Amino acid sequence: MRKAPVNKIIPFSNVDGPGNRTSIFFQGCPFNCLFCHNPETIHLCANCGKCVSSCPAGALSLSHGQVRWDPASCIQCDTCIRICPHDASPRVTFMTVEEVMTQIRRSRPYINGITTSGGECTLYHEFLRELFLETKALGLTALIDSNGSLDFSRYPDLLAVSDGVMLDVKAVRSEWHQELTSFPAEPVLRNLDFLLTCGKLQEVRTLIFPGRDLENEETVRYVAGHIGDRCAYKIIRYRPFGVRERFQQILGDETTDAAYAETYAELARSLGAAGAYVV
Amino acid sequence: MSAALNIIKDPTLTYRQEVLALARLGESTDTTLRYSDAYYAAKAKGALCDLNEGVMPYRPRYICPDYELLFKKGCEFLELDPPADLLEAVNVLEIFYCHVPSITAYPVYLGDLDKLLEPFVLREDRSYAKKVLRLFLRSIDKIQTDSFVHADIGPEDTVTGRLLLELTEEMQLAVPNLTLRYDPEKTSDDFALACIRCMLKTAKPSFANHPMFVREWGERYAIASCYNGLSIGGGGFTLPRMRLYECALDAKSPEDFIENRLPAYIDLQLEYMDKRVRFIVEESSFFKTNFLVTEGFVDQAHFTGMFGVVGLAECCNYLLGITDNKKGFGMNPEATALGLRIMDAIKERVEKHVAPYCDAYDHHYRLHAQVGIDTDGMDDSPGTRIPIGAEPTMLEQLEVNEKFHPYFPTGTGDIFKFEETYIRTPEAILPIIKGSLANGLRYFSGYLENNDVVRVTGYLVKKSEIEKLRQNKQSLNQVTVFGKGAQDGGHALDRRVQHHEESSRQ
Repeated sequence: MRKAPVNKIIPFSNVDGPGNRTSIFFQGCPFNCLFCHNPETIHLCANCGKCVSSCPAGALSLSHGQVRWDPASCIQCDTCIRICPHDASPRVTFMTVEEVMTQIRRSRPYINGITTSGGECTLYHEFLRELFLETKALGLTALIDSNGSLDFSRYPDLLAVSDGVMLDVKAVRSEWHQELTSFPAEPVLRNLDFLLTCGKLQEVRTLIFPGRDLENEETVRYVAGHIGDRCAYKIIRYRPFGVRERFQQILGDETTDAAYAETYAELARSLGAAGAYVV
Repeated sequence: MSAALNIIKDPTLTYRQEVLALARLGESTDTTLRYSDAYYAAKAKGALCDLNEGVMPYRPRYICPDYELLFKKGCEFLELDPPADLLEAVNVLEIFYCHVPSITAYPVYLGDLDKLLEPFVLREDRSYAKKVLRLFLRSIDKIQTDSFVHADIGPEDTVTGRLLLELTEEMQLAVPNLTLRYDPEKTSDDFALACIRCMLKTAKPSFANHPMFVREWGERYAIASCYNGLSIGGGGFTLPRMRLYECALDAKSPEDFIENRLPAYIDLQLEYMDKRVRFIVEESSFFKTNFLVTEGFVDQAHFTGMFGVVGLAECCNYLLGITDNKKGFGMNPEATALGLRIMDAIKERVEKHVAPYCDAYDHHYRLHAQVGIDTDGMDDSPGTRIPIGAEPTMLEQLEVNEKFHPYFPTGTGDIFKFEETYIRTPEAILPIIKGSLANGLRYFSGYLENNDVVRVTGYLVKKSEIEKLRQNKQSLNQVTVFGKGAQDGGHALDRRVQHHEESSRQ
């Protein structure tokens, strides 16, 4: 039975696509973004055991070289993820498609669909395809929230059962993308074009950093020029909350000013991206 | 200082609030109505509560006049002709409202305003109609100064309904309370979304499960006061409540409670209700001479008694020895199952009781999940709600509610507090409302975390008005003081917020 590591499932979310959605957060990400505000989702647990003794609730144990997490006694204090030297979390469950479906069925009366996120959910593209098949059979929509690292053109079967992709375009200049995410920009930009062409682009998101006028403008101009009014454009303000301290030193500890972010939404709209808005 | 002098010297009471307080004091001096010693003992223990309804009921607690009849034939006593245009229609209503008694002295049901006014609104130009309705709503807020004053709209989309929503949002008033009768077959998504947008700005309207109420009451039902289901042209005689936590305190076990203590308390509350209902019908002048009765705006046969309960969560947790609410009723299947057993036992016994009058309801009272009063503190959560501070996720909270709401034809409801991002995403709330109502939820209320107008337990207050009382100033709305008490003692405004931070990523 195919399993995938799930960090958490949120029954109701209003910020992961249209309507009310159940969001499934998978563990693991090929990017390592400086600004990531849930860095504990980047890597899988290395089973080093450092977190075990730190747990005030005794919810963690080490057996046969594996860190075990007991959700029943966990008090969600986050001590383990703060202590983890590997940007991972012991609070991850390897779930089958059926196990995830059980949770989705429970939310079903109240939701429009599901969104898979992460981490980077497309690391588990085969799992997603199976999950979406089941989800669509319930009459729900299925959206992918992605950083664009997977070459979508190679997975038509996945796109065929998905209602669309919400794509992060974090930067367009390659060096800046590389510095921000440890990953080149080109695959992401190819996905932007590809998903537009096949009509599967639901939304693009770009993060606006305080004081990075040049980089911000470059990215917004590029994205707005490409997407026009064919999908929504979400301009997200950088928020230092949850960002690793060493990276806060690079990106700053201030939230991007709302009015400043709004100037980029205006810029995007002036370039034809009618659906641009700030959150 | 005498009780009367206390009232007269209280700097926070308006003149009308003083008059009403003095009237209550006067009423309390009478001793005509007597109950059994066991009843008084239960009341002294706090197991039964009369909601300060007064010892001498001189009108039914809630009255829901037939306003359609008023528009059809006018009112002889008030010398009102049937209205010929919008201006006359709102004038007729404004006058009539001042003569509808209730426990609060203010009318708890203003009518299905959209249906009543639509024919008149359609004959006017939109901006003129809006101006007239604006003045109408202003007169209600400034004359009927009590948050239990309640108007209904829906289920269909109407021009009047839209105008009332626009004005409700623009005017930001606590009065009147407002309900959309929601029917998935009759209410368009567009109209429901307009109601949700309005709810996020002003904490109203709430959403009533129209098909459920119609099954129980027929098409002619009203949502009055907080969230009370009653018959149009009828109402509620009286509403006492069992405080279930206190009822459980002398039980040795859940079985002892259900087999012995609970039936005894139920019978005492029934005894109390029977006596009051008889008194209102047989002794007080209301059903004999009041023009509402003699001109047919209400019919005594369409009144029923409302059998209230409160504090089911704390009752179950106590009986199971659960001291942490977070591990109790609502979260713990055993506690929730016990709650269902207790409700089944209450329902069965109350339905078996042959009540005086209540002719339209086969001589039975109907259950009500009472919403709590300002002095309840943290001992008894409203009706069957999960205690504030122990709420699980919204999904789990809805699932629990859906099990309990069907028990209460005369009203129950739950309130959900949303965080700011929902202003942008009302379409994320609509499927939640649709799904929960389809699954048995009776009544859904919501509000936005940072608004001034907020829903306390069932009624609306303005936080800025509570602040006035804290500064020893008067608040025109006589319910503000309840809001203050519920905030101080019951932490009623600290309910769980449906958040987005839980899910967003950057």
